[in-house]
Amino acid sequence: MDLHSIALNVNGRHHELVVEARRTLADMLRHDLGYTGTHLGCEHGICGACTVVLDGQPARACLIFGVQADGASVLTVEGLADGEQLSDLQQAFSDHHALQCGFCTPGFLMLIEAYLSDAGAADLTVERARELVASNLCRCTGYQGIVEAVLATAQARRAAAGDAT
Amino acid sequence: MSSIGARLPRKEDPRLLRGRGRFGDDISVPGQLWARIVRSPSAHGDIENLDVTQAAKAPGITAVVTAADLPAGLAIPVRLTVPGPDLSGYLQPVLAATAVRYVGEPLAVVVGQDPYACEDAAELIELDISERAVVLDARTPSAIPAAELIRGYGDVEDAFSRARHVVRIELAIGRHSGVPLEPRCLLAVPHRETLDIFGMTKVPVWNRDLLAGLLGLDETLIHVHGVDAGGGFGVRGEFYPEDFLVPWLALRLGCPVKWAEDRAEHLVAVNHSRQQHHRIAAAFDEAGRILGLADEVTHDNGAYCRTHGVAVPELTVAMLPGPYRVPAYRGRIRVVLTNKTPCGTYRAPGRFEGTAAREHLLDVAADQLGLDRIELRRRNLLAATEIPHRRPIATLGTDMILDTGDYPALLAALVAEADRLGYRALAGHPGPHVRHGFGLAMFVEKSGLGPQETADVTVSKSGAVHVYSGGTSIGQGIETVMAQIAADALGVDPDVVRVTTGDTAAQPFGAGSWASRSTVVGGSAVHQAATAVRERAVQLAARMLEVDEADLDVRDGAVVVRGDPGAELTLAEIAAAAEPASRHLRSGESAGLSARRRFEVTHMTYPYGGHAAVVAVDPGTGQVRVLRYLVAYEVGRAVNPTLVEGQLRGGVAQGIGGALFEEFSYDDAGQPQAITFIEYRMPTAAEVPPVDLLVCQDAPSPGNPLGVMGAGEGGVSAAGGAVANAVRDALGLSGGVGQLPLTPERVRALCDCAGGTS
Repeated sequence: MDLHSIALNVNGRHHELVVEARRTLADMLRHDLGYTGTHLGCEHGICGACTVVLDGQPARACLIFGVQADGASVLTVEGLADGEQLSDLQQAFSDHHALQCGFCTPGFLMLIEAYLSDAGAADLTVERARELVASNLCRCTGYQGIVEAVLATAQARRAAAGDAT
Repeated sequence: MSSIGARLPRKEDPRLLRGRGRFGDDISVPGQLWARIVRSPSAHGDIENLDVTQAAKAPGITAVVTAADLPAGLAIPVRLTVPGPDLSGYLQPVLAATAVRYVGEPLAVVVGQDPYACEDAAELIELDISERAVVLDARTPSAIPAAELIRGYGDVEDAFSRARHVVRIELAIGRHSGVPLEPRCLLAVPHRETLDIFGMTKVPVWNRDLLAGLLGLDETLIHVHGVDAGGGFGVRGEFYPEDFLVPWLALRLGCPVKWAEDRAEHLVAVNHSRQQHHRIAAAFDEAGRILGLADEVTHDNGAYCRTHGVAVPELTVAMLPGPYRVPAYRGRIRVVLTNKTPCGTYRAPGRFEGTAAREHLLDVAADQLGLDRIELRRRNLLAATEIPHRRPIATLGTDMILDTGDYPALLAALVAEADRLGYRALAGHPGPHVRHGFGLAMFVEKSGLGPQETADVTVSKSGAVHVYSGGTSIGQGIETVMAQIAADALGVDPDVVRVTTGDTAAQPFGAGSWASRSTVVGGSAVHQAATAVRERAVQLAARMLEVDEADLDVRDGAVVVRGDPGAELTLAEIAAAAEPASRHLRSGESAGLSARRRFEVTHMTYPYGGHAAVVAVDPGTGQVRVLRYLVAYEVGRAVNPTLVEGQLRGGVAQGIGGALFEEFSYDDAGQPQAITFIEYRMPTAAEVPPVDLLVCQDAPSPGNPLGVMGAGEGGVSAAGGAVANAVRDALGLSGGVGQLPLTPERVRALCDCAGGTS
């Protein structure tokens, strides 16, 4: 067995562990570190349910080996809320009925959070929001609520940024 | 104010949004082993050699089992039986013993400490299969017919012989299925005498009882726990081979065993659905009134009959006349076995298929008769004065009585809304290089299948209300809906209601969540149990306050005395007074402020609606884009309108998938060609337009105390018909489109047939 000792930061917490070279980041997060909010829907990089934010970029955790995250900073769905307070994006998902079974939801949240954090909120159009949401698969909602939640969050963040300046 | 009808936020949302849901694979226990199912790589053949010796010796492997290790003759029985056909010769074995009949059929199970190691060991199994000829087209003469069903009434031959016009089309519906985002998962944890199971959903009590029988255990020793489920859509939670194998292995090995399906195996293992070929004909008089309707259907059921038996083919022909006045009808369906994954239900089973065939026929007929397509429907819809309409057809063991509604009014509302939104105007103004088309389809759904559902409602000493429903959570929001129903009946805030579903210990008489039955049947049971708790609270309060029951009312979680604002007892206080040894409890009375009620119903209730679509077809590439989509749907009463809208929008996305994109295709050797999400093309946000909705609450169901009808399937039912009609309209075809899904290749071929020049 090809084992490696690695260290990474997940949601602000430092972790050190020994993993097999072939173990995916998704399996490592879920089964070794207990972050089961990251879900596996296809394990071949299409559905996006396993999306996490890896050093600021959205990434399919099923297509990355755990060892590749050595020294990295990972944000998972468990790291979005502030204590019991949902993040603005999480709250927008609930307000716009953007989830039903909730299995794909963590992947969408991390994809969208990474995009909006990366200045994507500034000029988000409806077409762009749909294109963004089209990166991942949802089987329950028909996507409409997700698109609305993205637009509402972007608008609220723009307004907040405007207030601040 | 009643909590029924309120757009309350979902109780499920906070945990799911925070990554705190508990899906099957999120649950692990110390010492658990992992199972890997080894599946047939061949579509049809005799097993000459299956040698697991090397696999069993691989590092980290605990056991490898084959059919030889199982009790002999194990096959999975039918859950939904239809009177008539004997399917006992076509049931699926738990593991193939002598022959394999489809790619993906389970052959062996490898159990070990690590799922990666199990997958490695599975590669070491030696397998020789002597290949046999495959049957892939259900209409080939050598295909095995498992059953033939006929549903109908009236003199169809006479109707066709005296008709002024007879119109026929053929339409094939593609093989596709639910494909929830979460693959299946099971964890079985054996204890000294009992067995805990995580991951069963939909019909946990039925599955528990079947498993108990197969294992020779008392059913109460098996505890199926409720879990979050990543989408159901008909396929998840039926009893599959794995539902026996995982618990059986846990008992045999004496330790917990988990199996987590991967996507590649899901696409060949879980129930497929929908694949049918219709030859449908209608006879009309000179005014375009239907005299008779006849459909000859071939249903490709794959290699075996699974738990749904022939329920999908039966529903297809039983529901086929839809919302129309059809004096004579015959639907004949041949259920044929092929060397493909076995089939079962997928959301709106039989209705997606039958509605597409009927509604496409009506558009072709209107053109041939020289009538407006909407006017032809208007002339043939059952009028409000003809409802309730008893159709002399039985389905799922119930008599069909179309119980409520005004179908022509709904059609009028659908057309008015489509026009208000500019649908037909848009269809008349195509862009460069594309043709636009408008299509519409009407349908009748069914919901609320009985015979019963049971609910328990309990108030605890803190004043919290606990609902134990027999339904299960498959993503539809059942916890929210049941809380609203209980809160309404009991007079409390929905926030204090906690709903437990899918747990066989908490609700041992549950019949599950399927067939759009949860709100109708499960909700009615919760309503009755909560009402009984309210009555009991009033009775106890009257005793405690020494006043007459008639002077009491329940408001905001308290029993109040009318006209005496100071005198009240909270439900918490009454629950405490109902504890054992309380002086308020009389001899012979049960302790606790709780009630169990069973809602029984013998007939289904029939929601109805219409879909309208505008599409853009590019004749050059064959690509079809859905530009606009509208659903008008009558639900009787919406417990939470937001959730009803969510059901309809999600259904439309799946319906568009089945109409345009999704197909389980096979090569000539029976090798599946859709084994990843690259080939199995589910719609993304780029393919699904915003969906316009008209949720109607004009025709409460007379069959239940809430007046509700099911909303789970109406978004899917007519999508095949509406999209096919819109594409046909865009291309200006005189006949039908012939086949769904309308892939670019097929649309290109239709363009060529239609002349293709633009």
